[in-house]
Amino acid sequence: MLVTDRQRLREDIAVWVARFGARRSSLIPVLQEIQAKYHQISDHAMQVVADHLDIHPVEVYSVVTFYAFLNEGYHGKFVIRLCRTVSCDMAGKSRVARQLENDLGIAFGQSTKDGKFSLEWASCIGMCDQGPALLVNDQVFPAVTPEKVHDILQLCRKSFGPLAVHQANHREARQ
Amino acid sequence: MSLGHQGLVTFRMIDPDAGLAAALARRPAEIVAELTAARLKGRGGAGFPTGVKWSLAAQAASDVKYVLCNADEGEPGTFKDRVILAEVPDLVFAGMTIGGAAIGASKGIVYLRGEYAYQRQPLEEALARRRAAGQLGERVLGTPFAFDIEIRMGSGAYVCGEETALIESLEGHRGEPRNRPPFPVDAGYLGRPTIVNNVETFACVTAIMAKGAPWFAAIGTEKSTGPKLFSVSGDCARPGVYEFPMGLPVSELLREVGGEDAKAVQIGGASGRCVPASAFASTICYEGISTGGSVIVFGPDRDMLRVAKNFMEFFVEESCGQCTPCREGNARLLQGIAMLEDGRCSAAYLAELTKLGEVMQLASKCGLGQSSPNAFLSIVEHFRDEIMGRTYAAAR
Repeated sequence: MLVTDRQRLREDIAVWVARFGARRSSLIPVLQEIQAKYHQISDHAMQVVADHLDIHPVEVYSVVTFYAFLNEGYHGKFVIRLCRTVSCDMAGKSRVARQLENDLGIAFGQSTKDGKFSLEWASCIGMCDQGPALLVNDQVFPAVTPEKVHDILQLCRKSFGPLAVHQANHREARQ
Repeated sequence: MSLGHQGLVTFRMIDPDAGLAAALARRPAEIVAELTAARLKGRGGAGFPTGVKWSLAAQAASDVKYVLCNADEGEPGTFKDRVILAEVPDLVFAGMTIGGAAIGASKGIVYLRGEYAYQRQPLEEALARRRAAGQLGERVLGTPFAFDIEIRMGSGAYVCGEETALIESLEGHRGEPRNRPPFPVDAGYLGRPTIVNNVETFACVTAIMAKGAPWFAAIGTEKSTGPKLFSVSGDCARPGVYEFPMGLPVSELLREVGGEDAKAVQIGGASGRCVPASAFASTICYEGISTGGSVIVFGPDRDMLRVAKNFMEFFVEESCGQCTPCREGNARLLQGIAMLEDGRCSAAYLAELTKLGEVMQLASKCGLGQSSPNAFLSIVEHFRDEIMGRTYAAAR
């Protein structure tokens, strides 16, 4: 990590700690912000957070390693989490999984070399009536078929920030 | 994307503001008495009487108390809270505000699971509207009562749906359940008296305040009152969220959702029980088959061993690893299922596994480990013939 990158990370963490308060109960919100922006929580980040909250870095490490959505190692810009729990399994998640592996050229638990995609399993994501379902970062895709996998990946490749469908779905949900 | 199907029938009729206004016009003890009269029980699955919980928290002596809404809906096959939060969030927020008035708290926190992050923005907007309308803030509805609600995100841990693990997580720790007592009503979030209730429970509170305890108690059975939302998925023609009165027979529910030919139904999610067709006459309620609302239908061609395996994989993944019966027991049961798949499990070993499951039910620290063997045990009990003596060909 370049010195300037570290400096940027330290400044970001200082801002987030100030926003949530320098309290132990702010730990997870701060870690969530780090994860969202940097796609990983590095050793250095854990040390900086620990210094701010006046706790031992191993406390931070123990929290990071407990939660599925907080990660030490680098995760792609788009983290794809396919639900593997029973209803999505019965709805055909295995074929969607195979197609995801084929199209990305990686197995579950891996990231693509260009740093764009990570592929993971998720426990029940609460879309059981519309399975198989997957999450791309914060965005949910219900009723995925092997054929739709390509479209979802293209949507990710073409988008610069958050997925374009994000806003559209929110509008729909409110109606 | 459709967030809602059928259902939410009662909740759509309730005016959240009427419920909140009716509650604030009463003394705290009267609010609790109304819930007790309605015989409302927790909608998350455990079924603890809400009136009792709230009166204990109200009696606890402290100047700071907390109202927590458990929106960590992680139970496999459950998605009713997602639909409630998408369609009638004000009922939930009003219910939390009523909770604050009842126990003397001025702060509420919604613990929203990380998988539902896409719901956060609309919920924040709903909170902003409530603040602007004076339904939250320094003077709620012009009374001296102050209350505000914050949304906090989970980070992908099923065990955080257990109330003490949820509190640990909010405090910035690993989501490992605490020993009880002390109960959260005495020492919860940051050591203060705290009520933790399910999303649907808070919505029910608002409904009871708006329409009165007698209305609520008239629905359902004597011990299980009120309407209940069910999340229906699996092999049926019409999956989705349904509202039924408590005490409905399984067979009738299956007729409604188009799953009459089912050979079994998993009620209560992964931690619930597998009900075979021979028991479809039993009723779904706290005194019958108790549930948080998850109904997974298995059609005639489903391999029940694969179902059991899926549930056990879930628990091996989601066990927090703190206590031995749950950490080791779930892994052993999953191993046993692999042996059954290969047709290498003796009847004696299956009996050992059953005994292990019963030990886990007794000896695990929290509800996760106490209930994780349920699915395995009930599938072994009812589908013994199907899962034993598999040959290599059948396992493929």
